Amino acid sequence: MTDTPLLEVRGLNKSFGPVQVLRDVDFSAYAGQVTALVGDNGAGKSTLVKCLGGIYSIDSGEYLFDGKPVSVHGPRDAAALGVDIVYQDLALCDNLDIVQNMFLGREIKSGIVLDDITMEQKAAETLASLSVRTVQSVRQHVSSLSGGQRQTVAIAKAVLWNNRLVVLDEPTAALGVAQTAQVLELVRRLADNGLAVVLISHNMNDVFAVADRIAALFLGQMCAQVSATDVTHSQIVELITSGRSGDLGLRQNGATA
Amino acid sequence: MTAIPIPARVRGSVQQLLALASLIAILVFFSFASPYFFTPSNLVGILMAATVTGILALGTTFVIVSGGIDLSIGTGMILCGVMTGVFMTYWGWPAWAGVIGAILFGGLIGFINGFNVSVLGLPPFIATLGMMLVASGLSLVISGTKPIYFKEHPDFQLLMNYDVIPGARFPLGVLIFLVLTVVAAVVLSKTIVGRYAFSIGSNEAATALSGVNVVRWKLTIYTIAGLFVGIAGVLAASRLSSAQPVGGMGLELEAIAAVVIGGTSLQGGRGSIAGTVVGALIVAVLTNGLRVTAVPQEWQSVVVGCVILVAVYVDMLRRKAN
Ligand SMILES: Nc1ncnc2c1ncn2[C@@H]1O[C@H](COP(=O)(O)OP(=O)(O)OP(=O)(O)O)[C@@H](O)[C@H]1O
Ligand SMILES: [Mg+2]
Repeated sequence: MTDTPLLEVRGLNKSFGPVQVLRDVDFSAYAGQVTALVGDNGAGKSTLVKCLGGIYSIDSGEYLFDGKPVSVHGPRDAAALGVDIVYQDLALCDNLDIVQNMFLGREIKSGIVLDDITMEQKAAETLASLSVRTVQSVRQHVSSLSGGQRQTVAIAKAVLWNNRLVVLDEPTAALGVAQTAQVLELVRRLADNGLAVVLISHNMNDVFAVADRIAALFLGQMCAQVSATDVTHSQIVELITSGRSGDLGLRQNGATA
Repeated sequence: MTAIPIPARVRGSVQQLLALASLIAILVFFSFASPYFFTPSNLVGILMAATVTGILALGTTFVIVSGGIDLSIGTGMILCGVMTGVFMTYWGWPAWAGVIGAILFGGLIGFINGFNVSVLGLPPFIATLGMMLVASGLSLVISGTKPIYFKEHPDFQLLMNYDVIPGARFPLGVLIFLVLTVVAAVVLSKTIVGRYAFSIGSNEAATALSGVNVVRWKLTIYTIAGLFVGIAGVLAASRLSSAQPVGGMGLELEAIAAVVIGGTSLQGGRGSIAGTVVGALIVAVLTNGLRVTAVPQEWQSVVVGCVILVAVYVDMLRRKAN
């Protein structure tokens, strides 16, 4: 890991009122790599990525992008950097079709009229470039799609915008075996196309199937950021459940190894 | 990835076709039930009635598609009519200025509704219920509860009543309704306001997360509805060559009924202008037909009410089916 990370946060703190949810968190994500973010329920994974996406403002800490300090004060700032988050609670509009969803908020117009034909072409191209063949028509309403297809559309929406970093919050949580495999394949392809991908997941099989690096959160603290090939399944599980595993993880005084 | 199957659109038009079929059935029924029904002068009367409710319904379609509701359109329309009288008779403005002023006043009412809903976060039902009462009261206060006549502007009534086609009875007001229908249809289906009305009605949080300024677009949507209210108010005043300060309550329900009968979902996210127009015609034909067949007034609202219930029920069944 010699090159600079695409995105890096250092010493990030975040509280909701008296509750400190994130404590001095360091985190980095690299272009062309899948970084898995793991941790128990309530460890602060979603909170961390919402800070990255500008949904939550951070209390203190540094936010570096491309090695340069940046200030992110809202989703628009994050979007301007090319950071996009696909939320756990699937942010799609059921009554809109695939094209309308993919372009939501960034519609193409010709004059004052929406240019639906161009949007349809671009949406189809993006899906094709991701080798998505599971949807019949890009004019299908999202309500008629399966969970996996919806997730695919949500991911494709993030990709459409030449984003540089895409965060996926539990994209496979509600999916069956076959659909999970499809989404993971898609995740891998995003990284192979040069994007930095952050994948939140509770499923260790998924994590080890696609991740290059693994970052483990324990009660709001980052206990390890390691290469996926350097650790075993059980070490990660230990990190998740107790915050440490052998040499890895939090010391007694709370410092990171 | 072919673009051939368009299930969503086909599904959407089923309810419209159903509404259209009902309209034709009702027309046929009343034509047999009363010799007075299918006469040119009665049909023109229906169109005139459909024009005012229909224009209100066009604007309300935007609000309902976005998941909101606007109860202030009936009394708001009356207030806009009164303002036409204030501008043209009290203040002596030229007719064109009075008309534009009243339409913009309607826009202001809508803007205030939008502000209360999107900036202050009041539930649309409550916000517009308040506005309904405010507008109703203001109409009475401003006019001193008396009608305002357009003495200086005898031609003002032509805006609604002028016969566009020489020799045939086709009022200008109805033509205006047709033009507005086309405008509303284009805006709802082909522009950004329309797209965001659908997306906000479908999933407001997702729309906001996609970077859409939901507050601003809700303001815009309610303002659009208000402009339609202004236009309806002007035409209603023109139709009677006077601004009537009393009434308007219940008109909003007729307009909302038209929207719902036309297949627009009260939950938001689904609807069409074509459906709304058919819905407005159904309401106008029913009301008129019941009158010419001498059904007692009391029973008329019972029938219209039942039609609304059926329309909402059909909408619900359809949603369950997919
Ligand atoms: N808006 C909020 N206000 C107050 N507390 C919050 C808020 N959001 C999250 N929390 C708290 O912060 C902690 C971390 O929550 P977070 O959603 O980040 O966990 P997570 O790691 O994503 O968990 P899961 O795996 O269940 O999704 C939890 O204890 C939660 O109760
Ligand atoms: Mg979470």
